[in-house]
Amino acid sequence: MLVALVVITLVASLLLGFVYNSTKTPIALAKAEKVNNAIKAVLPEFDNNPSEQAQTLSLDGGELTIYRATQGGESVGTAIKTFSKNGFGGNIELMVGFLPDSSIHRIAVVSHNETPGLGDKIDPSKSNFCVQFEGKHPDHFALSVRKDGGDVDAITASTISSRAYCDAVQRAYIALTKGGAQ
Amino acid sequence: MNRLNNLTRGLIRENPIFVIVLGMCPTLATTSSALNGLGMGMATMFVLMGSNVVISLIARFIPDKVRIPSYIVVIATFVTIIDLLMQAYTQSLYETLGIFIPLIVVNCVVLGRAEAFANKNSAFDSLLDAIGMGLGFTLALTLLGAVRELLGAGSVFGLRLIQTDAILVFVLAPGAFIALGYLIALFNRIKR
Repeated sequence: MLVALVVITLVASLLLGFVYNSTKTPIALAKAEKVNNAIKAVLPEFDNNPSEQAQTLSLDGGELTIYRATQGGESVGTAIKTFSKNGFGGNIELMVGFLPDSSIHRIAVVSHNETPGLGDKIDPSKSNFCVQFEGKHPDHFALSVRKDGGDVDAITASTISSRAYCDAVQRAYIALTKGGAQ
Repeated sequence: MNRLNNLTRGLIRENPIFVIVLGMCPTLATTSSALNGLGMGMATMFVLMGSNVVISLIARFIPDKVRIPSYIVVIATFVTIIDLLMQAYTQSLYETLGIFIPLIVVNCVVLGRAEAFANKNSAFDSLLDAIGMGLGFTLALTLLGAVRELLGAGSVFGLRLIQTDAILVFVLAPGAFIALGYLIALFNRIKR
């Protein structure tokens, strides 16, 4: 009985060790590529590898990652992976691209669990909600929905998701002014 | 004849979803689109094939007392392998299916086939059984996913078919129960 179980678990662990080792590099590559694609989506063209010199910052019980992009040594912007815990379906993760003058270039959604058809309109492929942020400078554009006295038009029937989205973008801006200032 | 029977049984006559009604958790949770259903079905089929063959080969050497733990170790090994492979090569599908990939370990279909078939039959017959059951499972999940995606989002496999607003509830959890119920009813009607 003991021998049978030991042999089975031993063979299983050997096999798993082998598979783990051979998939380690592809997994790391796939993850890095996903981050790089998200950065590419929110910043103008750059030629360095921002994920190599990523910098993390703890804020409000979570972690933000700051990626700097350069083109020919010249800074073209900063992408910040930010989060909000106030989403309707849990955490929302965004990638916000700031130009060197701290205005928002573009915003992409990294992950979310919002209701399909309502809250998931924060995704650029589902609606134009995120377009209103483009080119705005957070100093002159209050990052909260109109209901709360801000400048953002909320998604119809998804005020909570819209609020969480603004919350995440605001957090990215705080990170930019705090730790991201060059 | 008997061999062929092993292969085709899982497709219609003993379809794990529509007839035996096993493994409802991933069925209801992951079929929000046809592609998700297909991905989940294929992953389960891979695990089922691996575990059925291995268990049919080693069943003779396993004492009855530690039968279930041994089977679970074998199944968990295959689940972890597919988990790592999907993470490496189909990153976006892996993230959509999320926790339901590791949860294949506790899928009743997989342990059910090991207990009911693989430990009493030869490796080849077990492989045929696994392919049949796996295809039946995949077929059911893809069909359910396609129905839900068509009604809930107006598309199938991401291909837009209906331009107007769709019936949102079918993408949400209650829609899974409604669609599954009607599909089982339809399936029973056809089978008769």
